[in-house]
Amino acid sequence: MDYFDIFISILGSAIRLSIPLLFTALAGLFSERAGIFDIGLEGKMLASAFASACVAYYTGNAWAGLGAGILTAIVFSMVHGFASITNRGNQIVSGVALNFVAAGLTIVLGQAWFNQGGRTGQVPPEGRFSGIVLPGADMMRDVPIIGPLYANVISGNNILTYIAFLMVPVSWWVLYRTRFGLRLRAVGENPGAVDTAGISVSWLRYRALIVTGFLAGFAGTYLAIAQSAAFINNMSAGKGYIALAALIFAKWKPVPVMFACLLFGFLDAFANFMQGKSLPLIGEVPVQIFQALPYILTCVLLAGFIGIARPPKAGGVPYAKER
Amino acid sequence: MSLDSPKEPAIELVGIDKKFGAVHANRNINLTVAKGSIHGIIGENGAGKSTLMSILYGFYHADQGEIRIFGKPVAIRDSQTAIASGIGMVHQHFMLVENFTVLENVMLGAEGGQLLRKGVATARKELKRLEDDYGLEVDPDAVIEELPVGSQQRVEILKALYRGAEILILDEPTGVLTPAEADHLFKVLRVLRDQGKTIILITHKLREIMAITDTVSVMRRGEMVATRRTAETTVEELAELMVGRRVLLRVEKGGANPGKVLLSVRNLTVKDSRGVTMVDDVSFDVRAGEIVGIAGVAGNGQSELLEAIAGIRKPASGEIFIDGQPAAGIDPAGLRDLGLAHIPEDRHHMGLVLKFEEYENSILGYHRDERYGRGAMLDLDAIRKDAEEKIAKYDIRPPNARLRTANFSGGNQQKIVVAREIERDPKMLIIGQPTRGVDIGAIEFIHKRIIEMRDAGKAVLLVSVELDEIRSLSDRILVMFAGKVVGEKSGEAGEQTLGLMMAGIAA
Repeated sequence: MDYFDIFISILGSAIRLSIPLLFTALAGLFSERAGIFDIGLEGKMLASAFASACVAYYTGNAWAGLGAGILTAIVFSMVHGFASITNRGNQIVSGVALNFVAAGLTIVLGQAWFNQGGRTGQVPPEGRFSGIVLPGADMMRDVPIIGPLYANVISGNNILTYIAFLMVPVSWWVLYRTRFGLRLRAVGENPGAVDTAGISVSWLRYRALIVTGFLAGFAGTYLAIAQSAAFINNMSAGKGYIALAALIFAKWKPVPVMFACLLFGFLDAFANFMQGKSLPLIGEVPVQIFQALPYILTCVLLAGFIGIARPPKAGGVPYAKER
Repeated sequence: MSLDSPKEPAIELVGIDKKFGAVHANRNINLTVAKGSIHGIIGENGAGKSTLMSILYGFYHADQGEIRIFGKPVAIRDSQTAIASGIGMVHQHFMLVENFTVLENVMLGAEGGQLLRKGVATARKELKRLEDDYGLEVDPDAVIEELPVGSQQRVEILKALYRGAEILILDEPTGVLTPAEADHLFKVLRVLRDQGKTIILITHKLREIMAITDTVSVMRRGEMVATRRTAETTVEELAELMVGRRVLLRVEKGGANPGKVLLSVRNLTVKDSRGVTMVDDVSFDVRAGEIVGIAGVAGNGQSELLEAIAGIRKPASGEIFIDGQPAAGIDPAGLRDLGLAHIPEDRHHMGLVLKFEEYENSILGYHRDERYGRGAMLDLDAIRKDAEEKIAKYDIRPPNARLRTANFSGGNQQKIVVAREIERDPKMLIIGQPTRGVDIGAIEFIHKRIIEMRDAGKAVLLVSVELDEIRSLSDRILVMFAGKVVGEKSGEAGEQTLGLMMAGIAA
């Protein structure tokens, strides 16, 4: 295989690996820009993966699976909201707790319902999101450079992949061109300004969390019934945290979030590719090095080496009206 | 408290009453403000001005009373109804989103539709009109955090006007402004009044009241004590109404016997967290065996001065010497080793951990002392025994070292702090508001202890907003105004003299 083919193959894999990151990071974007830290993205992803796999298994309908995934993630989001908005609890504690609930509940329920050690049953093909061949992909295949890129990277992905990339401009538009977006950005910076403008801080933050749940539901669904064909124990495998890292890396902005997720997805794909291979001069590089890179890059960023990452000012602080 | 007025009233408050737990923030407040006038509300910090205005703006709900706007009774449930009734508020701490543009801030909450595009165009046009009408010029595309404070305040005013405010409340608007910016603000306010807007100005600065208002009301301890036409009153009268005549609590004390200088402050400048200079090039000495009082209306830099000396706030420049040793920038533990004891102004936030039991608070800050334990371990028996001795000596009630500190009354809480700091036999003692929220009996007790400290040859620096307290305890009085020490008087100085100095009128 020549280098170009390898590159195309890694790129295709990078796209597939970055999709759950992209959905999750965008989900986190809405929550954190509204001033609610969401360390529970991992749990939302996991719970919605489980729910979508179950529903898709029983109904054989991928869209029903997606609906279940979204609904579950929104329910988790609302619990987070109830703890951190209504009761002004610690947002980190609430998020971590939800991660544990998701990790435990999926195993217990999975074992009870399917008896396969935490796996759900194999989802039938019609219950999955499978690849869509874009028009002209076969015709283009022989065109040098652009051809393989189009046929193997851009075409052949499932619908959720295209939705993920569509969500980037949509998120940007919502944040910067709508009333909801303006208020959401304001409430994450200075909830006092929102409150004195006669807008309910709580309701606004709840709505932001609904959007978060909505997007996180896509991420989980993608894992369970697009990338695989069943729910597997802990299948999110820390992607929620990497997405959070990508969100910080992208300084809480939609378009940079996309690039950060693609970068982290690429690192992941590259790590897979490098498994068992040795580099000239260096020899075999442990795969953990590549897996750690997203976190290392984020730390370097946070340390101030790549510009300044300024989080939403009111992030993590419950809003109390009484002073 | 209404004056006969030919104009129709814009605001009528009838019998407004508000309690926060045990604190009676507003007592049966009646107030009438005429349309097209500038009405000042003056009072010391904690007099209840801000609470009253927060009620008017829907931030709090009054327990009792009625609000009438332009003659109509309104139920102000939240800020939205306040805005809808034509009330706009410029908060002391600006309610602006700092990384938004002026335009975005003005639009927030009044966007005119789900999408921003149309609203942006309307807001831009309206801002231009407001600029032309009232001389409120601000670049609509400037980002807030890059604007000077005076412009940020103009954005706050624009926000209110954009929402159609007919009544504008300004809460301590000049606190963060330079004199030039304040002048500009007053110019704008006069234009607004002349165009028929009603303005309420909350302040504790007498000079501003005299300079800009048409009528003025004085608040003291939650009550509206007087309303005057500004033209018919004087600074002296207002100052007296503000501070109020209190029962004189004279403490028996002999003459001072000052020894060597124990605390020396040289050219000290302190800034607050916003970067505003609060203490401005202050120098003074405190000698062994004397009490130096710092008088001043709250908010003129006394708190920051105290915190800088106590090592809680880093001075921007200048020097502090304790018994000849340089002490600026040393942390509170280091200062304690130098012989400095500190009774902070706010016992709830600084002096005590309210959730701790009494004996735990009785060693706070001195917990490393070898009497209370060895190495990493605390000797609980020794600490409790020590706490019980202090309880007996200071008559702290109830006499129970295992009681949660929150369950003691204000006076007894203060005694816990006083006992802790005095019993360590420091060389010098700095005290902020020693008797705030303390009952009469405890006041007398604490005052006696302070004088005993002086007679034992300690240096005492006392900061209090209670002028009577300063006058009855101090051997020398320094008056602070706008961050500067504007004068020094002997302990026998009259209330009138000090009052004028505190208002920044005489030196």
